[in-house]
Amino acid sequence: MSSVHDWEAPNPVKTNRSGLIGKAVDRYEGPLKVTGTAPYAYEVEPPSPAAYGVLVTSTVARGRIVAADTAAAEAAPGVLLVWTPFTVPAQAERPAVTDFWSASADPALEDDRVRYFGQAVGLVVADTLENATAAAKLVAFSYEQEPAQLVFDQHLGEARDPPGESDVRVGDFEAAFAAAPVTLEGTWKTPLQNHCQMEPCATTAWWEGDKLTVHTSVQMVRRTQQGLALTLQIPKENVRLLTRYIGGGFGGKGSSYEDLTLAALAARALDRPVKIALTRQQMMTVTIHRPATVMDVKLGATPDGRLTAMSLITTTHCNRRGTFTEHASNFARSLYAAPNRLTGHRLVKLDLPHAGAMRAPGEASGMLSLEVAMDELAEKLGMDPIQLRILNEPEVDPETGKPFSIRQLVRCMKEGAQLFGWDRRLPTPGQVRDGRWLVGFGMAAAIRGNFLLPARCSFFVDAEGVITVRQGMTDIGTGTYTVLAQIAAETLGVPLGAVRVEIGDSELPPAPGSGGQFGAATAGSAALDAGMNLRKAIAELAVADAGSPLFGGRPDQVTFQDGVVAIENRSERLGDLIRRAAPDGLTAQGEIRPAADARNWSQHTYGAHFCEVGVDPVTGETRMRRMLGVFAAGRILNWKTARSQLTGGMIWGVASALTEGNAIDPRYGSLINQDLASYLVPVQADIGELDAIMLDEVDDKANPMGIKGVGELGISGAGAAVANAIYNACGVRVRDYPITPDKLLAGLMAKGM
Amino acid sequence: MKAFTYERAQSAEAAVKAATATPAAKFIAGGTNLLDLMKLEIEQPQHLIDVGRLPMAAVEDTADGGLKIGAMASNSHAAADPRVRQRYPLLSEAIVAGGSPQLRNKASVGGNLMQRTRCAYFYDTSKPCNKRQPGAGCAALEGLNRNAAIFGASHACIATHPSDMAVALAALDARVETLSPTGQARSFPILELHRLPAERPEMDTHLVPGELITAVVLPPPPKGAQVYRKVRDRASYAGGLASIAVAGPNVALGMVAHKPWRAVDAEAALAAGATPAEAMARELDGASSAGRNDFKIALVARLGAAALAEAKGERT
Repeated sequence: MSSVHDWEAPNPVKTNRSGLIGKAVDRYEGPLKVTGTAPYAYEVEPPSPAAYGVLVTSTVARGRIVAADTAAAEAAPGVLLVWTPFTVPAQAERPAVTDFWSASADPALEDDRVRYFGQAVGLVVADTLENATAAAKLVAFSYEQEPAQLVFDQHLGEARDPPGESDVRVGDFEAAFAAAPVTLEGTWKTPLQNHCQMEPCATTAWWEGDKLTVHTSVQMVRRTQQGLALTLQIPKENVRLLTRYIGGGFGGKGSSYEDLTLAALAARALDRPVKIALTRQQMMTVTIHRPATVMDVKLGATPDGRLTAMSLITTTHCNRRGTFTEHASNFARSLYAAPNRLTGHRLVKLDLPHAGAMRAPGEASGMLSLEVAMDELAEKLGMDPIQLRILNEPEVDPETGKPFSIRQLVRCMKEGAQLFGWDRRLPTPGQVRDGRWLVGFGMAAAIRGNFLLPARCSFFVDAEGVITVRQGMTDIGTGTYTVLAQIAAETLGVPLGAVRVEIGDSELPPAPGSGGQFGAATAGSAALDAGMNLRKAIAELAVADAGSPLFGGRPDQVTFQDGVVAIENRSERLGDLIRRAAPDGLTAQGEIRPAADARNWSQHTYGAHFCEVGVDPVTGETRMRRMLGVFAAGRILNWKTARSQLTGGMIWGVASALTEGNAIDPRYGSLINQDLASYLVPVQADIGELDAIMLDEVDDKANPMGIKGVGELGISGAGAAVANAIYNACGVRVRDYPITPDKLLAGLMAKGM
Repeated sequence: MKAFTYERAQSAEAAVKAATATPAAKFIAGGTNLLDLMKLEIEQPQHLIDVGRLPMAAVEDTADGGLKIGAMASNSHAAADPRVRQRYPLLSEAIVAGGSPQLRNKASVGGNLMQRTRCAYFYDTSKPCNKRQPGAGCAALEGLNRNAAIFGASHACIATHPSDMAVALAALDARVETLSPTGQARSFPILELHRLPAERPEMDTHLVPGELITAVVLPPPPKGAQVYRKVRDRASYAGGLASIAVAGPNVALGMVAHKPWRAVDAEAALAAGATPAEAMARELDGASSAGRNDFKIALVARLGAAALAEAKGERT
């Protein structure tokens, strides 16, 4: 197995001879998307006219379905099929234990149990979407209701350690905290959040004999394809899953839902293609959400600002049947030095929809507590918040003692401070006014882990000299297509226009998919390996071909540039070589695995957020005026797609601080915000001047390209910078996110403002 | 969405005639609210009469120095009209505070007045709502009613009217012109258009079935400053938590009642020499809240005082 030292060798991505790596290349699939011609899963044309399925969802939070009256729906115009748990075709049973990384059966409408409000309990398929929608409203369920646990705050006392987890302790936190001359203690709350991808979960499915084709919108190709085969109890080679274009995932499409299974089953039953999409309202409950958290922070410090004790304990919730834990305390294990440390998680089981991963699971919630606590501590100590952080910058990972692969957090803070004009911040709140707005500055650090997973890839060169990248990878709007094309073009020395990228297909070499900001590094490293192998094959072909000017040369001396292969001044076009010597083209495989010693390093991406807000002290409204993020995340493959990911994350952070969240009506167990008019993500007018800067960095311990992920770094800590700016503007701390006008108003009034 | 039939009306007279001739018919213009409600089956018209292309989109001067805005003028068009911007800046500001540019381009002035509440329980068809289903009960009363009414609510309904434009029109003493199903034209003050919920929250307005709004008529602007302020969670495309329109001596409040709320007690207090804060306190003597919307009383007091002070030229 390789080691990180093997990764330190030069390669075409590092050498970047054509300058394509890092360049702000436009999106490979951009023209298709902006002209509306990229077929998303629901828009794929099946081989014959499709029928349309609509889910029916439960209207109680917990209980048993005792009867289902489907007569009216079955008699409705155009209806082809109505299924309930009593009539759905047999599927594999759900295994008692599942893990996220292994495929497992996920039967739809599996039993008569209702486990949350808005659970899929029925399916209606009709000739048109309108007929199916209308008939779905006619399916009548009778429930035997059972008492449900719905309100997180009321069940905190039932919180337990998540399965297989216990607190992590270093030193003696309790004693150090008790002895600390300066302490800061507080509880922060974050609400349940919904992913709100623009494209809902959707599937188009059809059968040809015993072969099933599904176009669906998921982040993980192979695991979903195998899971579907297990559910349907058919050989996995009989299922082809495609997910070519995905309108946002954010972790919410890391799993698949009833649209996939039921479309496949209904298409088989009707012998006709079937399309099913979740409605916007169903997206809120049938899929997963980021669960609410309650975070208890305790910091102890010396009067000169050295942390002596640090604790972050997160309590969160998941469905009674689930085990997902929002690991909001994990990031704190590597962020600041403190000899005495305590971090851990508690889990409450509720009868709410399933909790799951959402962009930067852990950090996105967790940094909203500790990074504000650090701001509060800095004020208590009379220190600048950047100075406090620099003072507590660890030499090695403060929990494990492992060396950092590279850590430029301090540089992010210092450069950000300079670019943002941090020196103009007045430490005393409420000192700056601009018209009716009180203006304040805030900052926060950002940290998010970096990961590498096993993946494969194949490269093909045809007689035109065109390189085709093939990988069962996904692009959830992140830029996968584009960065794979850049890696291929740079590795084979061809122009970008001579690269094709085929991804999102279970018949292609497997990659783990998109998530955990591991996508570019994982998929890209496998692509680089395939590219290197193809280079080798081409070089060997050239020097062995008597018709080639390179004939007789050494394969390791062959260079690749501008679509030309050469040994010094002997050269020919790549296409000419292939056309003559390998007219059917050449294929090469590649793969990446984590290095055997990769875990010897503490490896993260870092950043610093700076924010300027205005607070209207009359109404409690906050508006983000200006925000800057400075990030260190390894080598950047594409300035434009990386920056877009980072700013997108920062915008989500602003939303988490100011507007976003959902609430449960405790009488029903339903969510109050069910559409994008009421679930408030930022609109253009909410975001002022926004910029993200990426520092020069190479992390040779990360992978052969020295790159890292940026998809989740941008949101990490962003909301805390907003909250700190609010305090600096008006002197009010709201520890219950989002900081909406009603909450801020209460604080302003309490201060006599 | 349930199946429906559709016709494009050739004249206002034909439209109202068709509305009475066809059961469960509805007018549609921009459709920015109606189509959403139809998709959720909150509205289930069997027949749509498209009035959006009737020649009633002009903004015209009136003989007395006011303005007549055709009901089919788009919100964007009305807000951008130079006469509106010059003489009724309040109206222009209120219109652009509502919806999003896309919605305002499509939505008509008449439709803006006819938009329905954004109460979450009205939208959630799994919950009881007297407005949606008379007699079913009101889930908002004991629910997550953060944006519920603080004026004029009933035990049957605590929903608010979401329009910004209507708040400005209320402060400007606008009149509404309609054509009734009998072919009768009538004109009445905007405050007589919308009703309080009382026992019949399913009825948003006093219009008779089939009656069509044809225009909104503004009298000459009142003497004095005009101010519109809206408080909202998000900077655009968000219903307000509260709004206020000040036009000279006139004051109207938005998103606090089932209709645009003319703050007559505040006006009277101001006329009698009260300070802005005192005037708002007088108005809010009549306010009551339902739990999670308690903050709206303090919010309206502060917002109102600030807007009134701004109108008086005081720094807020």
